[in-house]
Amino acid sequence: MITTAIFLLVLFVITLTVAAYSTYGERKVAAFLQDRIGPNRAGPFGILQPLADGGKMFMKEDFVPATANRKLFFLGPAIAMTTALLTGVVIPWGGELTLFGETFNLQGTDPEIGILYVFAMVSIGVYGIMLGGWASNNKFALLGAVRAAAQMVSYELGMGLSIVALVMLTGTLSLSGIVENQIAHGWGIIQQPLGFIIFLVCAFAETNRAPFDMPECETELVGGYHTEFSSMKLGFYLFAEYTNMFISSAVIATLYFGGYHVPGLDRLGLDPNLATIIGVAAMFAKTFFFIFFFMWVRWSTPRFRFDQLMNLGWKTLIPLGIFNIVLTGSWYYVKPLLFP
Amino acid sequence: MVALFYLFAAISVISALIVVSARSPINSVIALVVCFLSIAGHYVLLNAQFLAMVHIIVYTGAIMVLFLFVIMLLNLNKATEPMKSLGTRIAAVLAGGLFFLTLVAAIRHGITVAPANEFDAGVGLVRSVGMSLFNEFLLPFEVSSVLFLSAMVGVVMLGKKEAVLAAATAPVEPLTAAELERRKA
Repeated sequence: MITTAIFLLVLFVITLTVAAYSTYGERKVAAFLQDRIGPNRAGPFGILQPLADGGKMFMKEDFVPATANRKLFFLGPAIAMTTALLTGVVIPWGGELTLFGETFNLQGTDPEIGILYVFAMVSIGVYGIMLGGWASNNKFALLGAVRAAAQMVSYELGMGLSIVALVMLTGTLSLSGIVENQIAHGWGIIQQPLGFIIFLVCAFAETNRAPFDMPECETELVGGYHTEFSSMKLGFYLFAEYTNMFISSAVIATLYFGGYHVPGLDRLGLDPNLATIIGVAAMFAKTFFFIFFFMWVRWSTPRFRFDQLMNLGWKTLIPLGIFNIVLTGSWYYVKPLLFP
Repeated sequence: MVALFYLFAAISVISALIVVSARSPINSVIALVVCFLSIAGHYVLLNAQFLAMVHIIVYTGAIMVLFLFVIMLLNLNKATEPMKSLGTRIAAVLAGGLFFLTLVAAIRHGITVAPANEFDAGVGLVRSVGMSLFNEFLLPFEVSSVLFLSAMVGVVMLGKKEAVLAAATAPVEPLTAAELERRKA
């Protein structure tokens, strides 16, 4: 009980740190891709920039528009941040660690329906954006909120269909079960290449990242759903976005890239604890790669138009997802005939 | 566990009361979301994790978002509850009171509540839900999927009709000056 609490606290701190340094990472990646230097004033290489930004957010005036619905205006950022932080609990960050004669699982909890829990939290997360945008009583914020709701509900379908095919192969909804299945039968990207592409595109839309960042599209909607927010309320929205990005990168690594699995590590005959630590490092390396991938895409592709986004979701990704399910089902029966 | 049950029960009942009594539709929707979340908590207490998560994903995450969507787009924020006339209100109180009296009379002698089956902790797990859906309840399951399909086709048909109508009645672009010149010539 107490060890779980400590683990969750560590996870909480790590999530916040990664989210904070993602903002620094984003600006450095943007600078690199645009042939600039990026933040370099606060500390060596600008390494203290996230702290300076956080301090600035706290110092700013917390302004609430006179026509806003005060309660919901307060509730919006809180919901966005809470649901973003809740998801990391079910992700298996590593194998088993034996300390002082006791075995600890490097996973907050392992419910039988782990992947559905992630979906449930993502689907509640929409409320943060919707309520915040609506409560601002501003037409740009309202348009951003409505776009966010339409976009996230639509792309949940494609995401769910891509997961169904994966679950058909693994036979379990538990995230640690899915990782163990990948260790035994090869990574998810090999078993489900099409499913991976669908999931990746949907993950971009679910986290409201470019090229699908229509809810906060600054060329059309000023700041989108967070136009009226200032101070740490705005900070929470931005932070929630980076937390979501971190968590969805971790989910992609878990579902399609073997989670904490390092191929060939078990043949070296290392100490189990050392192997676990290498596994955790591998998990974080995979996660950080996908965070970088999110940034890479943001700074190299233009934004979609909203109708193009909807067409992609409903007319391309959902049919592709259904096709992938049929393909996976057929493969399930054809495989034993081809490779007896 | 019992304390948790009472907590969830209190949240469910209070939020359900707020749903019907709140003046502003948006508060009703938020109360309903809270009510659904607490019901999901009840499912978790019964070890039905699968049902709890599907409940959250489908009801809280999709249906209530669409409710909120409609309220936001139609801007139904104003508490537009029509005041009924005095006669209607008196009649409503009388009818409700009589109905309450009938109910009290009916259950005065006590109704014993007994579970039909022994509680099985594994009943809500994915495997057992799947097994009973695809063995025992296969026909209702398939029939309801046909129902959903027909509803979906109906919605697409209605949407298409609107689009065709809109295209037919769309205002014609005024001719440009150059075009007018060309036609005159």
